[in-house]
Amino acid sequence: MEPLIIAGKQFSSRLFTGTGKFSSPDIMESALLASGSELVTVALKRVEMDNKADDMLQHLQHPQLNLLPNTSGVRTAKEAVYAAQLAREALETNWIKLEIHPDPRYLMPDPVETLLAATELVKLGFIVLPYVHADPVLCKRLEEVGTAAVMPLGSPIGSNKGLKTADFLEIIIAQSNIPVIVDAGIGAPSHAAQAMEMGASAVLVNTAIAVARNPVQMAVAFKAAVEAGRIAYEAGLPGSSQQAIASSPLIAFLDEA
Amino acid sequence: MFKSIFDQYEWNEVKAGIYAKTSRDVEQALHHQRRSLDDFAALISPAAAPYLAQMAAISNTLTRQRFGNTMQLYIPMYLSNECQNICTYCGFSLDNKIKRKTLSPAEILMETAAIKEMGFDHVLLVTGEAHQQVGTDYFKKVLQLLRPHFSNISMEVQPMDEEDYRELTAEGLHAVLVYQETYHQDDYKKHHPKGRKSNFEYRLETPDRLGRAGIHKMGLGVLIGLEDWRTDSFFTALHLGYLEKTYWQTKYSISFPRLRPFSGGLTPKVVMTDRELVQLICAYRLLNQEVELSISTREEETFRDHIIHLGITAMSAASKTNPGGYVVDAQSLEQFEISDERSAAVIAEMLKGKGYEPVWKDWDPAFSGQ
Repeated sequence: MEPLIIAGKQFSSRLFTGTGKFSSPDIMESALLASGSELVTVALKRVEMDNKADDMLQHLQHPQLNLLPNTSGVRTAKEAVYAAQLAREALETNWIKLEIHPDPRYLMPDPVETLLAATELVKLGFIVLPYVHADPVLCKRLEEVGTAAVMPLGSPIGSNKGLKTADFLEIIIAQSNIPVIVDAGIGAPSHAAQAMEMGASAVLVNTAIAVARNPVQMAVAFKAAVEAGRIAYEAGLPGSSQQAIASSPLIAFLDEA
Repeated sequence: MFKSIFDQYEWNEVKAGIYAKTSRDVEQALHHQRRSLDDFAALISPAAAPYLAQMAAISNTLTRQRFGNTMQLYIPMYLSNECQNICTYCGFSLDNKIKRKTLSPAEILMETAAIKEMGFDHVLLVTGEAHQQVGTDYFKKVLQLLRPHFSNISMEVQPMDEEDYRELTAEGLHAVLVYQETYHQDDYKKHHPKGRKSNFEYRLETPDRLGRAGIHKMGLGVLIGLEDWRTDSFFTALHLGYLEKTYWQTKYSISFPRLRPFSGGLTPKVVMTDRELVQLICAYRLLNQEVELSISTREEETFRDHIIHLGITAMSAASKTNPGGYVVDAQSLEQFEISDERSAAVIAEMLKGKGYEPVWKDWDPAFSGQ
């Protein structure tokens, strides 16, 4: 399996994970370790920034677990830039998962504010990974302003519905020059495998692991699925076809000359 | 820049890879939903020859799905045959002793009237490379002159700097065609021994400059006959893929000029058969559903009539390849001989007869320039 490189940093695992929704910090820690994940997103709003012994952070003290703070909770570009600066200070990383979802109900990413914030954050020296709708044009615009990757959603966040946006993800993957990480909506290992088979660089999974009856086992399942999908992609999947390809009389003229 | 990608490929390795493709590779490529460059290599390989009928059927379906039953029509207007390059295959080559001619504004308008009379609204301006006679300032004036008369103006002239392209785009230029001729560096040198065109890299990076300048459309291609067409086409497809990903707001077209006889001409090193050209056209379509595929009057009537169904989306008609060829100086020397001499009206009727709508206008000057 080829390693994944984002902003010069190499990852051997293509499974990124979240830290929310676990029933306890201990279970979170066990699940994340079992997943093999090397990039873990942390909601800045959950971190007790004045408390060096923050319970969640204590459970993430492992050399392989790189932290990816996210801006969840902000509603505008301005708030996102401020939150990113706080995160850089508190977690000592210039990596930021940019997510701006002004609507509290469906948590749909705001494309306009996200592009504005990404532009500003890149200028400020951040490694920006924006969470966006599976919008191919927006993804190209983000690439142009210098984001390190794009993170289009598979279906509404937390919905576990899988890759409802598959057709758009395919376009994004086909035309992107930066890594494409499918985020949100991946509810089962088979969804993760599908994204990887499609050529996604990585997937980010949170809810499906965190709320599984056995999160540690589910983390293992996702690890295997992501690896299987990626290896299949690299091996070159054969195409599938419902019917034989009909030949046609269109080239009969070549024999007439 | 494409150069950094191009440098990762070695001609002989690419060529060996294409010729090593098997029927199994071709079958896999045919069954893929989205085809990779590696699939394209299989489809242009000798191993794909027995699958041509299937390729044609898929190409026909994909093309009609994307472009409908339509055919874009355009016509070239040769503005000048002045040229400071020596190109072994071209009638305008510096060392070719012909009468040199650059159209004046009045002559351009005479040619324009004749072209408009035929029904065309999309003109392709063509020159050799002569910076004194046909430099950026000349083209600016020509665009200003022609903008009121044509809704779509394309150019096939010498490669220019990014700033030149920016200025010409602002004057209403819609598309630029710039063919690499061959991606084989040594052979390129051999065929372009003298003049600015001998700079392989400057030409190779021309599409990058066009892309940065924000051109609406660019055309790529190689001159078929200079080198192994399969390998050259692989590099063209590689270039196309890079450009589409990088300059994603630009539209692309591919042409397949086969080396034609001309006065004092070169015998092609490689001869491509009709069957092989059909294979190449279909392979491009199977690789890329969106790219425009264009065919000129270099090709013969029967062939042109049939390949309409096989992936082609644009064709020239009633072309003259000499400056002033329509009215001003019809007898001057052509750049190359054309094979399909039918009038625009006859071509349009032929298209209709085959169930295709001839499209004369598909752009508006209001979308170009300021």
